[in-house]
Amino acid sequence: MRVQTLWLSLVFGTSAVAAEPPAGDEPVARDWYFGESLYYAQQGHFFEALERLDAELGQHRAVDEPALDSLYWSLRDAEFSVGDFELNYRMHHRAGRAITAVLEGAVDEVVRNDAAYRLARIHFQKGQLEDALYALDRITGEVPEDIGDDIEFLRANIYTGLGRHAEAAEVLKQLQSAESLKGFAAYNLGIALLEDNRREDALEQLDRAGQIASDDEAVLAIRDKSNFVLGTLLVEAERFDQAKQYFDRVRLEGPFSTSALLASGWAATASDDYGRAVVPWTLLAERASTDASVQEAMLALPFAYGKLEVHGRAALLYAKALDSFGHEIERLDESLTSIRDGKFLKVLVREEVRQDKDWVIRLRSLPESPETYYLMELLASHDFQTALQNYLDLEDLRRKLASWVVSFDAFDDMIGLRRQYYEPQLPGLDAEFRELDSRMRLRLEQHELLEKRLQSLLVAPRPEFLATADERLTAARLAELEAALEGASGETADALRQRIARLRGALTFTLRTEYHERLDVFARHLRELGQSIEVLEAEHVEFVRTRQAAVHSFEGYDTPIGRLRTHVAESLGKVNLLMARQGRVLELVAIDELVARRDRLETYRDQARYALADSYDRATEARAAAETASLQTAGETP
Amino acid sequence: MTTPTKVALLGSFLCFASAAGSAGGAEPATEEMRSLDEQVQEIKTDVLGIAAELNRLEEKLLYPSNTHLAVFVSIAEGETFRLDSMQINIDGQLATHYLYAFKELEALQHGGVQRVYTGNLPTGGHQIEVSINGKTTSGDDFNSTETFSFDKGIEPKLLGIALNGPKAIDLGEW
Repeated sequence: MRVQTLWLSLVFGTSAVAAEPPAGDEPVARDWYFGESLYYAQQGHFFEALERLDAELGQHRAVDEPALDSLYWSLRDAEFSVGDFELNYRMHHRAGRAITAVLEGAVDEVVRNDAAYRLARIHFQKGQLEDALYALDRITGEVPEDIGDDIEFLRANIYTGLGRHAEAAEVLKQLQSAESLKGFAAYNLGIALLEDNRREDALEQLDRAGQIASDDEAVLAIRDKSNFVLGTLLVEAERFDQAKQYFDRVRLEGPFSTSALLASGWAATASDDYGRAVVPWTLLAERASTDASVQEAMLALPFAYGKLEVHGRAALLYAKALDSFGHEIERLDESLTSIRDGKFLKVLVREEVRQDKDWVIRLRSLPESPETYYLMELLASHDFQTALQNYLDLEDLRRKLASWVVSFDAFDDMIGLRRQYYEPQLPGLDAEFRELDSRMRLRLEQHELLEKRLQSLLVAPRPEFLATADERLTAARLAELEAALEGASGETADALRQRIARLRGALTFTLRTEYHERLDVFARHLRELGQSIEVLEAEHVEFVRTRQAAVHSFEGYDTPIGRLRTHVAESLGKVNLLMARQGRVLELVAIDELVARRDRLETYRDQARYALADSYDRATEARAAAETASLQTAGETP
Repeated sequence: MTTPTKVALLGSFLCFASAAGSAGGAEPATEEMRSLDEQVQEIKTDVLGIAAELNRLEEKLLYPSNTHLAVFVSIAEGETFRLDSMQINIDGQLATHYLYAFKELEALQHGGVQRVYTGNLPTGGHQIEVSINGKTTSGDDFNSTETFSFDKGIEPKLLGIALNGPKAIDLGEW
């Protein structure tokens, strides 16, 4: 399966990116934490994006009423995004799980179809073509408008991957007018027809794909590729003149430029037209001397001049090629030494390289990094790039884990300081709190009693309950005086009893007439007291929380920190081990590539040496022949 | 298989076949790469798990829920002004000053939301002052400042600064 994925990327484009047109709409975040994950994903920080989105989705699934959660409105986008992030972070094993959950949930037709398409895309990228096709077959009914063409394009790619080329061609024919697939659908149709053994149809289709007008760099690249492949097919059919036309259609700048120039020259020589081969090869021979096509052209150009009997020029160019090959072999030796010294891996993890989205290209132009000069082809290969990306991801993980180790020490210090600060204060604070707490509870009970009294007064008026302290004292004094007069007789006693009765009457009158006013004041004061009680209770709660927070700021961390410390240490060990193995594999593959390039250059150099001597001899012979002819002409002249 | 045929087709024509060179010794390395790829995926899952647990611990330790304040920033859809920097003061004290890189600005313009500040704040009423500067789409410099009041309760507080234009700063609460 993996091989087929690689093959698809080779057939359909210069890389996986070139083979696929740009993705559709961006997800919309109404949840800030989901938005935060998009913020990281947009910058290519997929670890951070996944970390945040995993946490947010986990929290959403745990809430009692999901519809009240802010993620609810973006849930579909969030679940789709997890799959995208996982794919981008090259976690193919996990990718697709969240989308499968959407697909199997109770969602409407459009959402289900969108999920099925995304799942199919993930399976396709993972090389699981049968699963991808099965996911596409689940699409029925209404399809989101913006992905209709993409679904069919994916279907065609899957058919091609499965070797069902006729079906792929049928699907692709329907997509020829799709603007978003411009170039890609045309080229892929050509390849599908070719694989379906409809060679002439394929040639015509590739011809059409090779003439598509566009300003888009990706479309222009696929147009170049169409022309290059078409030219190659025509060469195979020994239609060299036609082939050259297609090679010449390839732009002079672009990923197929050097290969096309080289092929154009060979197409001309195949029909013995060495003069026409000189033009593309001259252009090519002046380019960067590390490119394999350029190196080949440096040898091919003097070969063409030799065929044109311009042996002097051929000898000069062979000498130049010889110099260049010698110089390049030296550079390759330096590169090999550098890689064997471990410098290649150091260059790969340099921060300034990774800040650039074209970091693979930048690697080549880095000063003091000869090890990368010859690795462009290797760097462009799918497996090597995956391995390289894994190495870089491992380096990121290593840095993260190393920084977390330092964090644990900081956490320990922080917890220690908090313990030192709070622990001595807590016993005193607790004692003071207990005293205040008991006083507060007493007041709360009093408040409760007064509340009850107010309620009873509202039901059954009791004016004496609202007497002032003076009035209560007066009433008590009158009762005492009345008691003292008990049993007494005579005018004085009667007069005193009448006075007491008058005074009690005056008191009762006051209490009765002012009752409602007093009741209002009592109720108002009780309300005010109620407000103060609320403040008191809030402060009480806050104190209890603060006290809890103080304890929680240093208690209960030992176990989780200890566990995390162990996990981090274990993971760091694994990462270091994997990095060493991954790095070693990268170095070995790079060394193999450089050795192969060196061997080829050695062969070129041997050929150049032989050809130089031959050209020199021929040039000398030609000059001698010319001189002889000249002398003969002079001798014959009287 | 189609693949070798395709390679041979190109290689037979280009006399100094470029595809032949890298073949030697590549297969075992490729196998090893694939095996390593599986293991790298596993360790990524492990480290993501550790990161999640660590985040929870960090939040609990550094930003307890009763004092937790987080401030998010977003740019309205379709806005293309250039945001150079943002300064946030809370109750007159500098909370953060952030300079935006191109990639960060692009991420904001494409729907990303940045958590620009996380800190601790006591319960009660507070003021947040947001200042931004940059260039408008027509290339003019701009500076804008807005002040907002908000209440912090005993639960975590999340504030969202929405930049609806160079001169339109809004505050949302959660």
